[in-house]
Amino acid sequence: MKEVLTVANKEFHDGLRNRWLVSITLIFAALSIGLTYFGGAASGEIGITSLSTTVASLASLAVFLIPLIALLLSYDSFVGEQESGTLLLLLTYPLSKTQLLLGKFLGQGSIIALATLLGFGASAVVLYLQIEDLSVLVTFSLFIASAILLGLSFTAISYLISLMVSEKSKAAGFALIVWFFFALAFDLAILALLVGVEEGLSQSLLTQLMMLNPADIFRLVNLAGLDSSDVNGVLAIAINSSMSQAQLFSILIAWVILPLTLATFIFKKKKL
Amino acid sequence: MSNMLVSLESVSKSYKQLDALQSITMSLAQGEVLGLFGHNGAGKTTMMKLILGVISPSAGQVEVMGVAPDSKEAWHSRAKIGYLPENVSFYEQLTGLEVLTYFAKLKGFNKKTAIDLLEQVGITHAMKRQVKTYSKGMRQRLGLAQAFIGEPKLLLLDEPTVGLDPIATADFYQTVDQLKTNGSSVILCSHVLPGVEQHIDRAMILSSGKLLAMGTLAELRQKADLPVTIKPGGLNGAISENSKLMSYLNGSKDILHVPEPNKLQVIRELMAYEAINDLHVEHANLEQVYQYYLKQHKQSQSPQQALNNGEQQS
Repeated sequence: MKEVLTVANKEFHDGLRNRWLVSITLIFAALSIGLTYFGGAASGEIGITSLSTTVASLASLAVFLIPLIALLLSYDSFVGEQESGTLLLLLTYPLSKTQLLLGKFLGQGSIIALATLLGFGASAVVLYLQIEDLSVLVTFSLFIASAILLGLSFTAISYLISLMVSEKSKAAGFALIVWFFFALAFDLAILALLVGVEEGLSQSLLTQLMMLNPADIFRLVNLAGLDSSDVNGVLAIAINSSMSQAQLFSILIAWVILPLTLATFIFKKKKL
Repeated sequence: MSNMLVSLESVSKSYKQLDALQSITMSLAQGEVLGLFGHNGAGKTTMMKLILGVISPSAGQVEVMGVAPDSKEAWHSRAKIGYLPENVSFYEQLTGLEVLTYFAKLKGFNKKTAIDLLEQVGITHAMKRQVKTYSKGMRQRLGLAQAFIGEPKLLLLDEPTVGLDPIATADFYQTVDQLKTNGSSVILCSHVLPGVEQHIDRAMILSSGKLLAMGTLAELRQKADLPVTIKPGGLNGAISENSKLMSYLNGSKDILHVPEPNKLQVIRELMAYEAINDLHVEHANLEQVYQYYLKQHKQSQSPQQALNNGEQQS
């Protein structure tokens, strides 16, 4: 356990040193406070709009940004150390591959989690001070918790990428493709299915399909409770699904644990 | 075998197409320094990785401190092994002290150990600077400090003196001698190093995964039966007219290549010249011994290779 913490501590400090924590926090805070104030600008009003509009805009933005940031932060975690030779060296230390992986996950995961908490937490506080409604805090807690899980999930996915390729540049390319697939292409594909298939997809099948994408689960968690007028696209159909928040959260957690387990497995098989 | 610190028994390691190591048997006693020589791709690094337990052998048995290094039981002995990889660039954005503290902590030591080691390798003055500002030699020293963490029982050093200036190299060999006195075993891996001779107990020569020769330098030299080089001064080509000496002559210069048993006889003959004003006698050095075994290996292999190629074609 001590080894895991040593690695985690190093990774966390790397995140501080490289200004990752500061920049992610600032980006999240600027965007969320901006959206909170100007989210209604399109409909002609400035100032704080309804909670559901704010969360809807935040969620649709976060669903692009968080995976991208998580992938950027971690895509070179292993392949980078492999290229510089420190990975081989670390493996001759009394440190198991699982410990190394968990340590990195703990360190980099904390960076993502902390940035999400601080960045979006800031706008939660701003909004709460304006509206003074406890439901703000409840909604935002859900939003932040699911955003953290989304970030962790993509951190785990980027470890998978980082362990499967042998060059840093390839890992970067792969990360971009993975991001494009989960953030954009997946939804478009489902839409195409909806439109293209004659008999139409049943609502439950559609929801099940969406469980294959952590970004969609994140959207469902945050948009399910809102007015459907703020939601559009495939989600509007899936939203009235039978999934409870607890179920959605469990699947999102599975999306963290499964890639991480798979990454450990690949790491153990990996030749150096 | 069991009292040996490291023992390899007919160990082979092959990757898909490539036989990185073929049936290597060797052992290393406590307090022994072994020089491992071979050109690029000879299997030196593979052998080190096997001993470190980072990879597992395809055949044969590796034992380090009585256990297989790739097994779970070897876990606690890892803290007693130091390794300097051939190509390593430490975390550039960290300071030297931070890098070394990280590695020390992973081995169960603290910052103080790191500071002491940095002093030992002589980069205390730069320990608060980022590694990216370090010169090649300083990086190598940092790597060595890393390998020395926890006074290891076994040290594996891959090209340890690359990038070190002569003074630092001397310091390094002094440290190796000191570690040896303390009972540590060292495997020095390298292309041929000048000046390594007096610091190693035994040498091992590898080529394309095969063990070409192993033994003390004296043994290797004897087996190779290399001629002694004798350079007399002031003779101005008189040798080429001496029937006893002209057969030893090598090229146009006054350089004689004499087999070991004839050495004294030739020297006596040379001393008979009035004009001689200098005499330089040089025994075959490690590099020549190494070249000899490599050449022999190539010669013995070429007919066999032709045979293999023929088989593949048919």
